[in-house]
Amino acid sequence: MEATENGKGSTLRYAFGNVLSFFILLLIGILAFSIRLFSVIKYESVIHEFDPYFNYRVTQYLTKNGIYDFWNWFDDRTWYPLGRVIGGTVYPGLTLTAGTLWWILNSLNIPLSVETVCVFTAPIFSANAAWATYLLTKEVKGTGAGLMAAALLAMVPSYISRSVAGSYDNEAVAIFALISTFYLYIKTLNTGSLFYATLNAIAYFYMVCSWGGYTFIINLIPMHVLLCIVTGRYSSRLYIAYAPLVVLGTLLASLVPVVGFNAVMTSEHFASFLVFIIIHVVALVYYIKGILSPKMFKLAVTLVVSVGLVVCCAVIAVLIALVASSPTKGWSGRSLSLLDPTYASKYIPIIASVSEHQPPTWPSYFMDINVLAFLVPAGIIACFLPLSDASSFVVLYIVTSVYFSGVMVRLMLVLAPAACIMSGIALSEAFDVFTRSIKFQLPGVSGNDAVKTDKNEDSVKERPSKKNKKKEKENVEKASIKSQIEKRLLVLPLEASVIAILLLVLLGAFYVVHCVWAAAEAYSAPSIVLTSYSHDGLHVFDDFREAYAWLRHNTEVDDKVASWWDYGYQTTAMANRTVIVDNNTWNNTHIATVGTAMSSPEKAAWEIFNSLDVKYVLVVFGGLVGYSSDDINKFLWMVRIGGGVFPHIKEPDYLRDGQYRIDSQATPTMLNCLMYKLSYYRFVETDGKGFDRVRQTEIGKKYFKLTHFEEVFTTHHWMVRIYKLKPPKNRIRGKAKKSKSKASSTTTSRRSGTRKKNPWH
Amino acid sequence: MEGLLRLRLALVFSVVAHLSLLVRSSSLSSPELQIVNAERRIDLTSHIVRVYLTLKVENAGTSPASEILLAFPPTQVDRIALVKAAATVGKKKKKKSHLPLDVNPIALPVAPNGTKHFAISLSNPLGVGESETLEVFYVLTHSLEPFPVEISQSESQLVHYHDSAIILSPYLIKQQITVIKTPSTKVESFTKVELTDRAGTEIKYGPYDERPPYSFSPVIVHFENNNPFAVVEELVREVEISHWGSLQITEHYKLVNAGARHKGIFSRVEYQSRQSLSGVSSFKHLLARLPPRVHSAYYRDDIGNISSSHLRTDSRKSEMEIEPRYPLFGGWKATFVIGYGLPLQDFLFESPDGRRYLNFSFGCPLAETVVDKLTIKVVLPEGSQNPSAVVPFPVEQHLETSYSYLDVIGRTVVVLEKENVVPEHNSPFQVYYNFNPIFMLAEPLMLASAFFLFFVAYVAYLHIDLSIRK
Repeated sequence: MEATENGKGSTLRYAFGNVLSFFILLLIGILAFSIRLFSVIKYESVIHEFDPYFNYRVTQYLTKNGIYDFWNWFDDRTWYPLGRVIGGTVYPGLTLTAGTLWWILNSLNIPLSVETVCVFTAPIFSANAAWATYLLTKEVKGTGAGLMAAALLAMVPSYISRSVAGSYDNEAVAIFALISTFYLYIKTLNTGSLFYATLNAIAYFYMVCSWGGYTFIINLIPMHVLLCIVTGRYSSRLYIAYAPLVVLGTLLASLVPVVGFNAVMTSEHFASFLVFIIIHVVALVYYIKGILSPKMFKLAVTLVVSVGLVVCCAVIAVLIALVASSPTKGWSGRSLSLLDPTYASKYIPIIASVSEHQPPTWPSYFMDINVLAFLVPAGIIACFLPLSDASSFVVLYIVTSVYFSGVMVRLMLVLAPAACIMSGIALSEAFDVFTRSIKFQLPGVSGNDAVKTDKNEDSVKERPSKKNKKKEKENVEKASIKSQIEKRLLVLPLEASVIAILLLVLLGAFYVVHCVWAAAEAYSAPSIVLTSYSHDGLHVFDDFREAYAWLRHNTEVDDKVASWWDYGYQTTAMANRTVIVDNNTWNNTHIATVGTAMSSPEKAAWEIFNSLDVKYVLVVFGGLVGYSSDDINKFLWMVRIGGGVFPHIKEPDYLRDGQYRIDSQATPTMLNCLMYKLSYYRFVETDGKGFDRVRQTEIGKKYFKLTHFEEVFTTHHWMVRIYKLKPPKNRIRGKAKKSKSKASSTTTSRRSGTRKKNPWH
Repeated sequence: MEGLLRLRLALVFSVVAHLSLLVRSSSLSSPELQIVNAERRIDLTSHIVRVYLTLKVENAGTSPASEILLAFPPTQVDRIALVKAAATVGKKKKKKSHLPLDVNPIALPVAPNGTKHFAISLSNPLGVGESETLEVFYVLTHSLEPFPVEISQSESQLVHYHDSAIILSPYLIKQQITVIKTPSTKVESFTKVELTDRAGTEIKYGPYDERPPYSFSPVIVHFENNNPFAVVEELVREVEISHWGSLQITEHYKLVNAGARHKGIFSRVEYQSRQSLSGVSSFKHLLARLPPRVHSAYYRDDIGNISSSHLRTDSRKSEMEIEPRYPLFGGWKATFVIGYGLPLQDFLFESPDGRRYLNFSFGCPLAETVVDKLTIKVVLPEGSQNPSAVVPFPVEQHLETSYSYLDVIGRTVVVLEKENVVPEHNSPFQVYYNFNPIFMLAEPLMLASAFFLFFVAYVAYLHIDLSIRK
């Protein structure tokens, strides 16, 4: 009688727990979505930054021309005169996702623009990522930890920085894909179900479609498999979790044009194949061990090992020879700079010049994951009590991602989910311990009751799957009674537990406050429109769009615009004009050509630009309003990248005693280069002194004329200045000869040098 | 470019000269009418040319006349945006009132040199020997030709205006005078014919006596006009009616400065420091006059919100001051979208026969702009029937279907198209349609049933066990 009542009560509580966690998850989803809307509310519904503009443009093309045209799209509006094959060089996951969303909405007659869909893709996928985190953590440590981790991930600043509304970038969907791949891997590992293994391969495929960071997965999972094998945790579940993933995943990955044969050719994927072989060897060994007697087995081992070693040595020698024959050892530049953090700054200035490829500082850890940084160690400890396959995976995940985030700021994003999972586990375990302590010591609550509630909680937490729940519950009941007695011994004092809970809640509150602040203040600025608060209220600097709109409406459709590559994507997307280089930095020589032109004197620069059919040159100048990420501050990178290909550009020529300056102490090369002239042309007339508010100094050369360029547009706050190349002068025979000889006598060496090095002559 | 213009000018001159020569020889008009007194005032202060013509017509023939003809040279007729006429009723000044009359273009079988005519239909025929005073008002667009065609930033804009010193008319005009008003006293040159006089901002031609029908005497006025030549090349206004209480208007503009083209450099430092001298013919503000009680207004373009706009509302009108992203110099273009919502009860009414009608203003809300092509799309709610539009002037009409939020059968769209629209076209028009309010509930019911089905399906799924083995 009592038993049935008890059973009924527990089913009810069970259902109640499910509904409760469903609603909590729903709220977490809403939280994840809405915390990312600050950018829309404070600014506007607009695409942010640089790369998202490219993705937006690709999505527009996809929705307009359909999927087949998209695969075959050769974009002639960028990298002039080379062009770019978009379909084969872009990770299509994000674009296809947003395109599909848009298509579904439009077939339901919901007339949302492509832009709106793109803006809100990232928040939607953040909610999805939070749910995926719940599932992953639930597999590792139960529902409580899952909910905690989901809530933490929903508002972790590091992820917010990449997924606010309008930040339409690959990472927005990739994090969701990453977490779901991990979840499905763990799920397969826990259940040994081929169904989940197949889903896992599909999730991996989605990840490959979405982001180049998929190599992290295809290295982390083999590492975990290897770890399991080495620690003697090999099981058939592990085999099912891993082997189909490698086979199906590699096949699917090579379907993505941008990956293609890289999926089997490059060293990033090598580890997975090696482990694939190892796991088969291990499986074979286990199988043989099962059918042979121990004595025979020993004999077989010695035989196989001796033969196998010879074969392995041969294979490895061939592989090493193959790998060593390629200059980068089969690794891409970005991967290499991960393995060797100093690699990029030594060899590839173009990777080093991007701020998000720099190693992070300590404050940025605090900024991006906040209190999670302190909770992670606790989470790791909790994962060892007890260590399971799943918890060893998350431990491995956090350890590797901590390393990668230490190399590149950008990979902080990979760390964030791991940190959330760990902190979720830590917090949930801590609350578990403290609340249990309180429960056991509270007067009036009988031990029997406590046992009952705990029992139910446990069964809720460890519910493995829908189908076989009844059987499991019996087991759990049996086990929990035993564990109750053990747990009774681990009780903490009442006061200590209460205070500890209070402190934890305080910590959580601090985290929430920080996250909301980060979402609202730090990460929601779209960067194409800047605002500042002054005594007379809000001031808006909308110069970028002013310039792009001007270009779009007042220049010829086929005009070529040269600018530093940062503005390439925006120019093609917003101004719809052909650019020379853009943010897809695939051709270093081409970028170096533009860098050389910017660092050359006017005439040489004019020749380079003219040979590239450039009609307009766009520079970003922050000196008037104090916008610090302008071209003058980026100029040294132009010199470095240009000098890397065209050696007549030498960095020391632009530095006075190793210092970069633009005041009267600056070198003549600096004061005569195109970038200086285009930035400061007639700047002195604004205030009479030519005071640069970014560099906090008066400029070196104040009055000069442009001979080969003319100013055609400058925005309201002077942040973008557009110049037109003057048409070449008609050649008058007698005069031309004279001036030529005169010019050559003065600057022979430099001119001839420029001529020779310019690749377009 | 300049050469081409000269050629064109020469051509115009020769055509005009021929006109004046030929016309005198053949008088083709109805002989019985004559104009006793004509006064024409041409207002050139903005880029829209407004002409006020006062005619005193007398029937000197033998039969009553019901129509009075206005003649225009063929070069002008394409630029006429609007012709209005009114008869003056009442002799005394105090009791004077105007009775609007119908004006329609008419093709006469014989018209000298391709002269085009408009016919004013009188409300009651003019009897023999009677006379009547008519007020005619017409608007010309694109009639001021910038000369020089290209100017630099520091120059001001000079334009040409071509017309005749003598009013072109199929009738004998006994006495006439023409006054041309320029925006400032800066007049480069003007054609001097007999009896030409200039005082202040006015140039006076006449009075001339006894000019035979189809007399023509070409004149050119070359003067400074720095008013914004704001021309909307294409304007699409979408008016979406929702019976849930709001009217949503979206206006897509393609704006251009149709003045003298900007040449050479644009220097921001000069534009900012010497505002009075630099870019005088450019403009950076535009004023949109919107109906009162406007809400949720926005101003944006393809690449996002344009932050420089102000909305001032009071009980009688709303004014939105918009600023394109950059100042518009001659030849520069900009596109943008203005959208706003209005309360439905101000614009939607029920007619006595049970039909509903929308009463909304035609034309462009921007002050002093010409619209080359205006398209008004009135999106009626889903399920409305028998739409018909009533517009006070001729427009092209057709119907379309559009789909919006969760539409199944689509919404009927009444499309009205008109070219060459000036601010004088801002008069109300009506769209009548039948609507059954039950259609308002279609979409909520659809959503509710969709959710219901979803939950039913989910409940069903939970109770189905599809596993093969227990």
